[in-house]
Amino acid sequence: MKKPGPKLAASATRLPKCPTGIQGLDEITDGGLPRGRPTLVCGGAGCGKTLLAAEFLVRGAVQFDEPGVLMAFEETEKELKANVASLGFDLEGLVRRKKIVVDYVHVERSEMQESGEYDLEGLFVRLGHAIDSIGAKRVVLDTLEVLFASLPNEAVLRSELRRLFRWLKEKGVTAVITAERGRESLTRHGLEEYVSDCVILLDHRVNDQIATRHLRVVKYRGALHGTNEFPFLIGDDGISVLPITSLALNHQVSTERIATGVPRLDAMLGGKGFFRSSSILLTGTAGTGKTTISSNFAHAAARRGERVLFFSFEESPNQIVRNMHSIGLQLEPLVKRRLLRFHSQRPSLYGLEMHLATMFKEIAAFQPQVVIIDPITSLMDLGTVSEGKGMVTRLIDYLKAGQVTTLFTSLTQGGHALQQSESGMSSLMDAWILLQDFEGNGERNRVLYVLKARGMAHSNQIREFLISDHGIDVVDAYIGASGVLTGSARVAQGDLEKAAVLASQQEAAQLKREVERKRKALERQIGDLRADYETEALELRRIAEQVGTRTLLLGTERTASGILRQADAKVAASTRSKAKPGRKI
Amino acid sequence: MKPKAIKCATPLWQLRLYVMDETPKSVTALTNLKKFCETHLKGRYRIKVIDLAKEPQLAKGDQILAIPTVVRKLPKPVRTIIGTLSDTEHLLVGLDLRAAV
Repeated sequence: MKKPGPKLAASATRLPKCPTGIQGLDEITDGGLPRGRPTLVCGGAGCGKTLLAAEFLVRGAVQFDEPGVLMAFEETEKELKANVASLGFDLEGLVRRKKIVVDYVHVERSEMQESGEYDLEGLFVRLGHAIDSIGAKRVVLDTLEVLFASLPNEAVLRSELRRLFRWLKEKGVTAVITAERGRESLTRHGLEEYVSDCVILLDHRVNDQIATRHLRVVKYRGALHGTNEFPFLIGDDGISVLPITSLALNHQVSTERIATGVPRLDAMLGGKGFFRSSSILLTGTAGTGKTTISSNFAHAAARRGERVLFFSFEESPNQIVRNMHSIGLQLEPLVKRRLLRFHSQRPSLYGLEMHLATMFKEIAAFQPQVVIIDPITSLMDLGTVSEGKGMVTRLIDYLKAGQVTTLFTSLTQGGHALQQSESGMSSLMDAWILLQDFEGNGERNRVLYVLKARGMAHSNQIREFLISDHGIDVVDAYIGASGVLTGSARVAQGDLEKAAVLASQQEAAQLKREVERKRKALERQIGDLRADYETEALELRRIAEQVGTRTLLLGTERTASGILRQADAKVAASTRSKAKPGRKI
Repeated sequence: MKPKAIKCATPLWQLRLYVMDETPKSVTALTNLKKFCETHLKGRYRIKVIDLAKEPQLAKGDQILAIPTVVRKLPKPVRTIIGTLSDTEHLLVGLDLRAAV
């Protein structure tokens, strides 16, 4: 007993809604059309009123088990069945299974004469009977305004219409009434004054030769709703409205990192590559290697076993496969293994919305982990800047919700400032890598740098990258006096440095030789000196020996002579010692 | 006796009057129609009154929107007059009994 309390309170505060089942419309209207009330759908010829109404009924019957009545004033039952069959709706089968009743109301003015008073009780009877026969919850009146042409008395018609809408409310059916757009009012015959709960306006505009349909909820009494104009399209599975602002910023984020396929680029992105489910922008002028880097990324992802969907708006799949083959990237086996899938389309084939819907459908069917859009600018050129941005936002929201990593390439015009031309998109991107041409020395060289990478440490360096038949090679660019040196200038700089090294090596060798020479000279000197010394020493020894010998000889001689003159010697000795005192005398 | 003889000479008029219950408009229409037929088509008409309150499924067949409605099934082509049939002139025109002025 306690639990139902808050539930009841919640349902009481909120207007009951009747989901249409139409993609996007329920998001804009926050759940669908007002349940049990009539909704007016108005718009010009060919803008999809009948289709919207029919889809509302068919989806009601198929998805929500709410049978419906289609009262057609313009098209016969047969025509209607054929028309909606082209959108994949089996109206015929639904009629047979008593899920839908189609009643074609036809009034030919020329066959009818008015005489006296009348009312439109016949219409009520028919509608009432149709509703009761299948227990219908939904009613479509397409296009009620035809009655204004068929019935002569407008005053009667107006009062009866007023009664009709009241009656529909009493019946509790959710009704959709279509009406032709008027010149100054929403509808040609002012039906909006009777249907005041919800008014949806459809519009079909041609911009730059490309037609786009728009839907706007003009009025929704008692409920919040998106008031913007939303593009919608009619595809082969019905209408899809593409709300730009309906998605909130609450995507799940991943901390997983995935490699770019170019190891040096991974290194520049904190060593690990991009975050999974991030959106990456790759900008560059023509021929800077956007497709090549994207293909590398695709190749790396597919090699990891991930599914990659490659939208190409410039080249055919075969062309990309061939071109990548020339730089040693084998994409074909991956295509065969169904890991890589190309989707090529000319941008001008149809409008932005249709492209977007086609892409959504492809993505839903292939369930890729990586999506590459090459280049997004081709698509953005189809619409105005705001439309383009809206489209990219929707695409990113859609892909992020599905945890898909997306690489957008963007072709920038030569003359524009890069940052400026991408201002529409860049704020939506998590990582932005810029490819650029450097002209100089009579050549063009490619460089890349990471302009931004949210949530990771990334290199601030400008790197040159080379595309050779082995693939992409990122090399350091030399920073010289005149800026970054690339290509032959870089090679020349390298040579210069090599020469310098060689020169200093030579110098060192020279010095070494010099020192060696000096050492040798020194050693030679030392040798000479030692030789001199040794010679002198030898001489000295020889002299000493000579002296010794002489002394000895002298001694011997003296002894001999002493022996010879014995006394003499003593005398001599005493005379020598006596001679001194003798001098004193 | 008399209707039979006329029937041979001129075609029989088959008229259907669609009404809703016994509303004042329906009653008036039936009275007016009977009076009109007695005046202009005496003896060579048949009126079938269909009450949509009882047989709503019949409204679709003759594309009935307004109540009351008279449908001339015969002679061909089918003609439809809506209203209480109070305006005899319009009724005459509607039933091809007099060219529109």
